[in-house]
Amino acid sequence: MPSKEDREVYHLRLYVAGQTPKSLSAFGNLKKICEEQLKGRYNIEIIDLTKNPRLAKGDQIVAVPTLVRKLPPPIKKIIGDLSNRERVLVGLDIKSL
Amino acid sequence: MVKMERRRAGTISPLLKKAESGIQGFDEVTRGGLPKGRPTLVVGGPGSGKTLFAVEFIVNGIRKFGEPGVFVSFEESEKELIENSSSLGFDLQDLIDRKKLVLDHVLIEPDKIVETGEYDLEGLFIRINHAIDSVKAKRIALDTLETIFSSFGHVGVIRSEMARLFRFLKDKGVTAVVTAEAGERTLSRHGLEEYISDMVISLDHRITNETATRRMRVVKYRGSSHGTNEYPFLIEHGGLSVLPITSVGLMGKASNKRISTGIPGLDAMMGGKGYFMGSTVLVSGEAGTGKTSLTAEFARRCCLDGKRVLYFLFEESGTQVVRNMRSIGIDFEPFIQKGQLLLQAERPSSFGLEMHLARFHSMVVKFKPDAVVFDPVSSLNIIGSGLDIKSTLLRTSDFLKMRGITVMLTELREGEPMGGGQGVSSLADTWIVLEGVESSGEKNRLLRIVKSRGMAHSNQLREMVLTDDGIKIASPHISPDGVFTGTARYVQERKEEEEAFARAGEVERLKKELKLLRHKTRMQMEATEMEMAERESALRVKLADEEKRISNGAGTHKGISSRRAGMGGSRSAK
Repeated sequence: MPSKEDREVYHLRLYVAGQTPKSLSAFGNLKKICEEQLKGRYNIEIIDLTKNPRLAKGDQIVAVPTLVRKLPPPIKKIIGDLSNRERVLVGLDIKSL
Repeated sequence: MVKMERRRAGTISPLLKKAESGIQGFDEVTRGGLPKGRPTLVVGGPGSGKTLFAVEFIVNGIRKFGEPGVFVSFEESEKELIENSSSLGFDLQDLIDRKKLVLDHVLIEPDKIVETGEYDLEGLFIRINHAIDSVKAKRIALDTLETIFSSFGHVGVIRSEMARLFRFLKDKGVTAVVTAEAGERTLSRHGLEEYISDMVISLDHRITNETATRRMRVVKYRGSSHGTNEYPFLIEHGGLSVLPITSVGLMGKASNKRISTGIPGLDAMMGGKGYFMGSTVLVSGEAGTGKTSLTAEFARRCCLDGKRVLYFLFEESGTQVVRNMRSIGIDFEPFIQKGQLLLQAERPSSFGLEMHLARFHSMVVKFKPDAVVFDPVSSLNIIGSGLDIKSTLLRTSDFLKMRGITVMLTELREGEPMGGGQGVSSLADTWIVLEGVESSGEKNRLLRIVKSRGMAHSNQLREMVLTDDGIKIASPHISPDGVFTGTARYVQERKEEEEAFARAGEVERLKKELKLLRHKTRMQMEATEMEMAERESALRVKLADEEKRISNGAGTHKGISSRRAGMGGSRSAK
């Protein structure tokens, strides 16, 4: 019987600044973690700040890449290329399967 | 700007352009402002005025120099900034609405952020870049950028990003003000001065003699000369004002114009013209010798001539002075109402000397007086040593001189003159000493012009009389027995009058006597003449008779003998 948390949908937003090695690796790492842990119940929105600079203010983006968990609440932020899998899971508050 | 650079051409490398801050006094200290297109670091402790400095730099840029600006705040929110600035008279919302200003509150909540892997601060760069481009900003403030250091764990990344940030700002060509907390061993807590080497300003808010004073110092200004002293500054409605007083030289142009002392008798002692305009007049005297009255007469004269007078009172309140001066027929009320006269009472102990100086400066700039009175400067003794006071007064009078403002200082003398041996008199152009003399059970006031540079003046001791109609100058009676003043002088004068009167009577009497003498003599002479004429005519008659008798008996001997006998006969005939 899956718990309530297991059914929650994750809205994730990844802020990057152009297609830099860091942003590419962040996206790759995120995608991998989501496929493993949240298959079927997540969506990732990528925002390239070089194209939409005004969007940086809304989520108070300073460092890039920044991953913002919009849903479920509360909002959580993880910065970096998401290379440390354990820390990403802690940051997103996801229990490892 | 161009004018400024041409004027300073000798002291600045021609390549270094400056952006005026528009902050009162600051551009004078820095010989033109901040390095244009480069970042300037402003360090200071909490409450030292860093944020305000940054805000005013941006606001002035927009208002005074047509340079739009960006304010990036790492601590205060947009709302807080707008509110705090409005208390100083800056309407940030209006500037935002007019698309001249962008406020960006960069909020970093380190406890809500998880770090994993590599990152950089490109997000911040993009925000700044976007803000600059959206209003075509020429100025930017980053307040307090150092927050970044405590927000991110990867110090190495932050350090390299800082270096990149300043390069980026230089490339954008914006003049930047970056604020930072003062550190203990380094200028700023996180050593931002390593990255910003063009200009570093230190702000300080310290307490000495139990009074708080704000000071500013230009720690470093690459490629430019600048004043190296600590300058006091003020935060008031209308913003900051820095006092460049220590950088003031004796550049004031000496005026040949004269300004009446307000007392005809005193004017007369100075060639009938009074003080030099823009000079410093010191009035020294013991308690109750009429120092305030003397300055009040001057203030009244100035006001009557349509001039503006700023009066600093250190012992009495404004209303007290108004009341007291009314007793000698000086009514300040109409001048105060017309805004020509400002009586500014200040408790000496409420600020430090530097702060007082800053306030004088700021008030003078605002009120634009033709004359300033400090009454009495000796009250400042409680907040500083003699030397400090002297230098404060020197700086103040130099600053006022430069603006052509006439200064009157009063000094209470109690035995030792203040400011060490020389006292403050050396800074005065005209020095008037008032003395109280006691005689015949009353105290009177003597006035003496000890010096008055550049003009012929009376060296005589005069009596200063306070009347219902202002001050009158009288010549005291000076005799080997002493100086007679007041009642004694009055008595002496009456005595002299009487003596003169008496002498005049004697002359009259002598004149009368002389007249009488002449009259008498003439009468006597007339009487003598009449008597003489009478006797003469009698004699003539007798003579004529005798001659007749002789002619009758002539021609006969008989006649002769009979004449002889006749002599007897004539005797018998009788």
